[in-house]
Amino acid sequence: MSASTTDPLLSIRDLRVHFATDDGMVRAVDGVSIDVGRGETVCVVGESGCGKTVTAMTVLKLIAMPPGRIAGGQILWQGRDLVPLKSDAMRSIRAKEIAIVFQEPMTSLNPVYTVGEQIAEVVRQQEKLGRRAAMDRAIEMLRLVHIPNAQRRAHDYPHQFSGGMRQRVMIAMALSCNPKLLIADEPTTALDVTIQAQILDLLAEMKERLGMAVMLITHAMGVVAEVAQRVVVMYAGKVVEEAPVRELFANPRHPYTQGLIRSIPRIDLAATHHHRLEAIPGTVPSLLNPPVGCRFAARCRYVTDACRAAEPPLREVAPGHKMACIL
Amino acid sequence: MLHYLIRRLMIAIPSLLGISVILFTVLALAPGDPFEELATNPAVPPDVRAHLRASLGLDDPIHLRYISWLTAMLRGEWGFSFVSRIPVEQLILQRLPTTVAVIGASQILALAIALPVGVYAATRPYSIFDQIANTLAFVGFSLPTFFTGLLLILLFSIQLDWLPFVFRTSIEATGWRWWWEMVRQSIMPVAVLGLFQGAAWTRFVRSAVLDVVRLDHVTTARSKGLPESRVTMRHVVRNAMIPVVTLVALQMPAVFGGAIVTEQIFRVPGIGSLLISAILANDTPVIMAVTFVFAGLVIFFNLLADVLYGWLDPRISYR
Repeated sequence: MSASTTDPLLSIRDLRVHFATDDGMVRAVDGVSIDVGRGETVCVVGESGCGKTVTAMTVLKLIAMPPGRIAGGQILWQGRDLVPLKSDAMRSIRAKEIAIVFQEPMTSLNPVYTVGEQIAEVVRQQEKLGRRAAMDRAIEMLRLVHIPNAQRRAHDYPHQFSGGMRQRVMIAMALSCNPKLLIADEPTTALDVTIQAQILDLLAEMKERLGMAVMLITHAMGVVAEVAQRVVVMYAGKVVEEAPVRELFANPRHPYTQGLIRSIPRIDLAATHHHRLEAIPGTVPSLLNPPVGCRFAARCRYVTDACRAAEPPLREVAPGHKMACIL
Repeated sequence: MLHYLIRRLMIAIPSLLGISVILFTVLALAPGDPFEELATNPAVPPDVRAHLRASLGLDDPIHLRYISWLTAMLRGEWGFSFVSRIPVEQLILQRLPTTVAVIGASQILALAIALPVGVYAATRPYSIFDQIANTLAFVGFSLPTFFTGLLLILLFSIQLDWLPFVFRTSIEATGWRWWWEMVRQSIMPVAVLGLFQGAAWTRFVRSAVLDVVRLDHVTTARSKGLPESRVTMRHVVRNAMIPVVTLVALQMPAVFGGAIVTEQIFRVPGIGSLLISAILANDTPVIMAVTFVFAGLVIFFNLLADVLYGWLDPRISYR
């Protein structure tokens, strides 16, 4: 059984997700490979529209199909491919093995049921518990995510909670069936800065207590530095760099990663004069007709003719450190 | 909640008073006279006619007439019909059950069509089923009821001779045969009203469901591993019912109004045909009473819509 301990929990291999639009086929995810080990925290970083959310949603097959379509690749969950799985089999994976927390806590809960009912609903579905026992579990989960007066609050409706509290409810719901992997899709983006820190702390605490792996989707490098063990940088539907977190911040190899790190606001530099926050010029290319060659070429300060001629493959530059740049 | 209901009913009083003032004034200003027939009848001498008018208070100034009508109303006296001399409340109670039965059955039919078809179409937008349902719904509510009514009469009563086209209240049968006859003669008016309303509601249900389907919490429900049927019923349809129930409740009074035409076509002796014959005969007490009943229905269904809305949507609170 040595294979099972070294095999990753989740292994996304060469995943391609296409969306049919009126203007043509959008290749939202174009050959992405990401591994998540048991108990590991992997951050997927990138700008809006780089395909990170689509990748996350596709793992649980939550993208709308049609217009979306898995055009290729594998999603190996403990060695089993989820791509050809029928919807019945897929349902037994959701929440029970892989759970997800979304970006918008304000709209992710159904306004007409109490939060207790909504958490109990998962438990009843996946653990086949009775109404009473499921509600008890829901209250216990609310307590676990530090919602004060959980017993009473379980009977409140989502609109009676603040954004941060709702995100706690979402996390309680996601963790209620003890999943092995939690996908958190920008869980702090819609929240105030102080609340963001609390939610990240909560995620770290939950991970410590329950021991699940976390795949955190974010665009904030600050968040990455705080929680990640390993980082995957995505750009225009592709992985451009992947490395352990220390290695990535100490030695970013891809010009895009370098740009992302330079664009983190720094309090020590902000105080000095003449320091302006550096941004990456230009915008993400259209995924409708992606450019030939390196997709970052148009925005890259080191661009050469070779970059525009052929797409650089992802290659290992140091142990555990891969990147897709010819430099 | 009780507090809220009481307050709403208190607010209804001035509206009902306002409605009655406007109605009374309009009827008084309208041309025509309930005694027109007597005027052309040579057997009735003019002084007898004048005496009759005076005894009924028809020559008093309008505000005095209104006040005497109102005080009688407050005592629960709805007055007598000028034409048939039957107490108005008796006339209304005679007619109301037929109208309620026909309209009730047609609205149930409308919902029985609109809910499943609308939901099914919305969960498969732009599918063949959706396209066909949409087209039929569009045809359904584009055709006025007086046209489809006549069409049905032509087809089922005259060509095929399957169904009676005049609605009779006095059926000389008992037990099952009576029910059978009632059902047979109700089929066409119920179908005409129900299909028309059902067509409009199908489109409304479809768009209400489509609005909910794309919301984030539906994706959350799916991420919980719930079966698709449960996601649809509990997390889509349940939420989409909030605007649908409100619309249905608010439209009810309008349905009563629209039913007048259908009642006329099929000669259903309901409250609508009572109103029309009363208007044609300048029978003021009956017109006042029937329109008042309609006004009461509007207020009742408005209140019902608000209460149902709050019951369906926990974000609404009554204060």
